[in-house]
Amino acid sequence: MAKRLMKGNEAIGEAAICAGARNYFAYPITPQSEVAEYLCWRLPEVGGIFVQAESEVAVGNMLFGAAASGKRVFTTSSSPGISLMQEAISYMAGAHLPAVILNIMRGGPGLGGILPSQSDYFQATKTGGHGDYRVIVLAPSSVQEAVDLMILAFDLADKYRNPVMMIGDGMIGQMMESVEFPEKYREPNKPEESGWALTGAKGRDSRIIKSLFLDPEKLEENNLLLAEKCKKFMANEIRHELYKVSDRNRILIAAYGTMARICQTAIDELEAEGVSVGLFRPISLFPFPEKVIHDEAVKKNIEKVLTVEMSVGQMVEDIERCVQGRKPVEFYGRTGGIVPTPNEVKGKVRELLKLTA
Amino acid sequence: MANEANMIFARPESLRETITHYCPGCTHGIIHRLVAESLDELGLRERTVGVAPVGCSVLMYNYFNCDFLEAPHGRAPALATGFKRCRPDMIVFTYQGDGDLASIGMGEIIHAANRGEKFTTIFVNNAIYGMTGGQMAPTTMPEQKTTTTPAGRDVSLAGYPIRIAELLATLRTPAFVARTAVHNPMRVVQAKQIIKKAFRLQKEDRCFSLVEVLSTCPTNWGMSPADSIEWLKETMQPYYPLGIYKDPEKEKA
Amino acid sequence: MADQKEVVFAGFGGQGVMTAGQLLAYTAMEEGKQVVWIPSYGPEMRGGTANCTVVVSDSRIGSPIINNPMSACVFNRPSLDKFGSMIRKGGLLLINSSLIDVTSGRDDITEMLVPVNDIAIKAGNAKAANMVMLAAYVATTGIVTFETLKRMLREKLGTRKEELLEINLKAFEEGRKLAKKVRMQG
Repeated sequence: MAKRLMKGNEAIGEAAICAGARNYFAYPITPQSEVAEYLCWRLPEVGGIFVQAESEVAVGNMLFGAAASGKRVFTTSSSPGISLMQEAISYMAGAHLPAVILNIMRGGPGLGGILPSQSDYFQATKTGGHGDYRVIVLAPSSVQEAVDLMILAFDLADKYRNPVMMIGDGMIGQMMESVEFPEKYREPNKPEESGWALTGAKGRDSRIIKSLFLDPEKLEENNLLLAEKCKKFMANEIRHELYKVSDRNRILIAAYGTMARICQTAIDELEAEGVSVGLFRPISLFPFPEKVIHDEAVKKNIEKVLTVEMSVGQMVEDIERCVQGRKPVEFYGRTGGIVPTPNEVKGKVRELLKLTA
Repeated sequence: MANEANMIFARPESLRETITHYCPGCTHGIIHRLVAESLDELGLRERTVGVAPVGCSVLMYNYFNCDFLEAPHGRAPALATGFKRCRPDMIVFTYQGDGDLASIGMGEIIHAANRGEKFTTIFVNNAIYGMTGGQMAPTTMPEQKTTTTPAGRDVSLAGYPIRIAELLATLRTPAFVARTAVHNPMRVVQAKQIIKKAFRLQKEDRCFSLVEVLSTCPTNWGMSPADSIEWLKETMQPYYPLGIYKDPEKEKA
Repeated sequence: MADQKEVVFAGFGGQGVMTAGQLLAYTAMEEGKQVVWIPSYGPEMRGGTANCTVVVSDSRIGSPIINNPMSACVFNRPSLDKFGSMIRKGGLLLINSSLIDVTSGRDDITEMLVPVNDIAIKAGNAKAANMVMLAAYVATTGIVTFETLKRMLREKLGTRKEELLEINLKAFEEGRKLAKKVRMQG
């Protein structure tokens, strides 16, 4: 299929259609409102539906109700809206329902700002809502990857009957890049074949989709089932990319999303200056590529690990956990909507290696 | 055929053969039955999804014989919206108490009604939070004693009880909105007709429908079931008049 | 890296800077290049300056955030103040001299004064100023061919606005001529 130049937000909307999703619920919030503005006309073209809800609390719960139908359902929002959806995400996880949630992150806390940020890492990867559950978290670094991961997100949500979240900073949503969609669009799935969806108690016992287990033994049983899913995420769904990683690297940078691309440019420019730096980019933030970062970081040539984020330091805690104190883990970040530039990253690397520009 | 008796009363197919956990004198059981009879008579059971609330009736899915979804507190109308939009061919109803619908879920019910979502809401108003142990609800009567208003509801601080049927009837979007009660056989028969009509309108793909049912809570009111009925008639009914507040079949084109 | 080119289009909201950038991005993609178009967004869009950056490369593009772009096309004074100093040494600055009566004062870049509003008005519509600027930039740098640029303009504008299309095509020609003229003088 021909390449198309598309804004991230629009491409993500089209990707959902490509994945066979036809049911979308959303509430306007900058910087991702273009997804709804795109899908409000695009979905009806393919027989889909869009409901603009009264709040993100309602969005989350419409998604919950829609997911129980067994059809592919999704929503998109930005940080403050995602906070309001945590109620429903927790319930959906508890009730084993698949759904795809996109967070185009903006600066927080509170109303924060509308510029790019990666400050919802903890919220996304460390549960977000109440209770013993996890969601798969994917982080694209280009518009094309956002398309590919959005399609994957639906497959993973169905495979594990669990919410899947994709997170990108504001730039992923706002920038335009060339994208290619798969030649063949998926047909919407058939809920009747799911074996669990609410399709009416005709010729079978009635089905109940719920997250309430007043008997502690039963609740523990459900939570252990969720824990079992997490183990499967760890075993099957780890995704990452290494860039210019070699035994000449003195520093290993860890960064995800757009931040990783900025680091790539810094790494290219440092290479031209004779400084060898590698990049570890987690694509799945949960499950986290724990072994990969550990094994790369402990290599003899690595002097330090540098985590770069658009936050005051969130993923760095996972990096520290995985490196297990075997190498110094340093951090560089900007926050509030300020994006670290390649020059800033280079400056930090030089500082760590005690080099002068 | 001489000795064969005619069946004149049976458990509706839409209800399971189980014993409910409801307190003596509670009217949830009657209202469940009226919903179940309506589903049976309209032939809807096999394509119905109920949405259970948070509150005393959270476990209603154990008593009904149709598919069920359990909502977070107050969000049943949002879940029903999501489900019904995905499956407009199915019948969807929410069953909610006054804390659930009129307090934490006020936003969801108003917007679902205003969008004209084609599902049915059974709103059980017993003027108190039942499951959490008798706290003040938005529908608690002035001066009524609850565990959070031990001296009685003070309207200067908590305002007056919210009249949901009247409030929703102000919306321009066509809907069926009514208030009924089930404290005597005549009211039960009337309530049945109204609940059945609500489901019929949904079956005909007409409009959103909400039936408010005045209900008793002897346990949390601290009264006998018989006294509760008297209190409902004397205190609640004058403030919450019964009737049909909005009817698409009576609206001018 | 070495083959990468970056340009910032900056002006008031409504001057068509976003469109100019997008058209360049479409054209470069059509010619087989990797492209990124990134806008300023949010409150900046209202009343203040709007800008977008286009990155064009033969290979995978790293950072969409450019510290020091190779070129900038500035449509108003605040944009000159903001981006004039950011251009890389040896870079190119196109200044809309219809609205800006000063220059950057730098002697380490190539500066071109292009009265794009005046030319657009002569071409038939003041709104085509962005196309005059784009054409001047393309003619100066050769980043894409005019043939593809014109084809993409037709595709993106469609046949609905035939009249506007003609004006824009005329704006292209004027911008192209202007670039040649300015360069010969320079």
